[in-house]
Amino acid sequence: MDTETKPVGPQATYERYLAEGRFMIQRAISTGEYVFWPRVVTPQGAADLEWVTAGGTGTVYAITVNRTRHGSWNVALIDLDEGVRMMSTLPAIETAPIGARVKARIETTEDGPRVVFDLIEEDAA
Amino acid sequence: MSQHYLRGKTAIVGMATAGIGEAPGFSAMELLGQAAVGAVADAGVKLQDIDGVFAATSSHAFPTMSVVEYLGLKPKFFDGTNVGGSSFEMHLLQATLALEAGLCDVALVCYGSNQRTAGGRLVSMSEPQWHETPYKPRHPITAYSLAASRHMAQFGTTREQLADVALAARGWANLNPEAFARGPLTKEQILSARMISDPLTAADCCLVTDGAAAVILVRSDRARDLPGKPVYFLGAAGANYHRSIVAMPDLTTTAAAESGPRAMQMAGINQSDIDLAMLYDAFTINTILFLEDLGFCPKGEGGNFVEGGRIAPGGELAVNTNGGGLSCVHPGMYGLFLITEAVAQIRGDVGERQLTDCNLALCHGNGGTLSSQCTAILGSAATL
Repeated sequence: MDTETKPVGPQATYERYLAEGRFMIQRAISTGEYVFWPRVVTPQGAADLEWVTAGGTGTVYAITVNRTRHGSWNVALIDLDEGVRMMSTLPAIETAPIGARVKARIETTEDGPRVVFDLIEEDAA
Repeated sequence: MSQHYLRGKTAIVGMATAGIGEAPGFSAMELLGQAAVGAVADAGVKLQDIDGVFAATSSHAFPTMSVVEYLGLKPKFFDGTNVGGSSFEMHLLQATLALEAGLCDVALVCYGSNQRTAGGRLVSMSEPQWHETPYKPRHPITAYSLAASRHMAQFGTTREQLADVALAARGWANLNPEAFARGPLTKEQILSARMISDPLTAADCCLVTDGAAAVILVRSDRARDLPGKPVYFLGAAGANYHRSIVAMPDLTTTAAAESGPRAMQMAGINQSDIDLAMLYDAFTINTILFLEDLGFCPKGEGGNFVEGGRIAPGGELAVNTNGGGLSCVHPGMYGLFLITEAVAQIRGDVGERQLTDCNLALCHGNGGTLSSQCTAILGSAATL
């Protein structure tokens, strides 16, 4: 369809990929820098960004558990192996140690798809 | 060290607060207006002498417009830079630039909020970050908890050490009749408080209060003709690299590591000269981070530094002598109350909590989620 070929911004592109079940991040062709969250220019000033499939593995950089009367959920910062950081959560468990190895999957929620992480078992001990 | 040309060029000549704690029945602007009127009277100038306006609040999208209308001012220069709670340390620098350039002669820096009586929750105009929203962070606390989790993992900082920060703040608040949270508080009570966002409990979080503050600045030559004891602007600097906590390069090092040294360089001083450190303690981890980043102790040793009452009354370094955001006042943006306490201490006006020989104070403001960092240095006439 015609609407599908119209260019959209990096946020909408990321969200379209996610809706297709693909976790994609940006990389600058000229410098090789990876970028997350999606934007139009890298911190070094490169604007020739392409989309690549994220490897999906990473490390817990920081983590907290939000505790309310309506339940608890963790919020984590994950360092992807590409060298970029994202906010996410580990929905299957209460919390995890900083430094734990994790792997991404796409989870569908009422508000749409999101990238979440699970512990990589062999490294979980 | 060559002296920066802005050092000592302006002075705070008037100061007032209003509605600290709870002020039911008053709007944010009414409280701001009371503080402005009080500061003008304290300075010995007239309201209509104000021709420079610097303001930021959580409830006004165009703060300087709202302030000039409410107070009936017609300023020649205005700046509503909003970098959260650190806005007012930056406003001191901007007011000094404008005064020194002759763009205005009497500058008002002001803030007002009724967040406690209007709803009891921290109110923010800030928009959610789309890449964070799917994970339901509860900002600001989630961001500070992430930083605390990282500091603990990296440096062995403990919840007991975080509790020492809250305990010291309460110790100072108990010497301040204006402080909102007063009374006995034990380390056990702090440690057993309700967990909100691991590892931070309710006792690690600042108050939500009402409150307004205002200061008046003029050029130093004019300050000497006014009735009060001037408190001189010696230096200020800001540093800001990110907005969202996910974009903060290292969660254990804030941009205060840059703003602090630059402000101190402008003032021609170093950490050992400082009699009073006013550090934006929205959460207990803040005080530890800023003690490290501002150079009062090496990186990673902030937890050890606050042990044993070292920043409490009678300790080695006076920190947050009003009781801080943790026990005195925090109406959403706390930055101007750092300045009013520093001014009061340098004037020698604060009764039971008065420091002996308080001539040099550092005010460190923090905005967003450890995002904007602004440091200002104030001094007595003896420091010129």
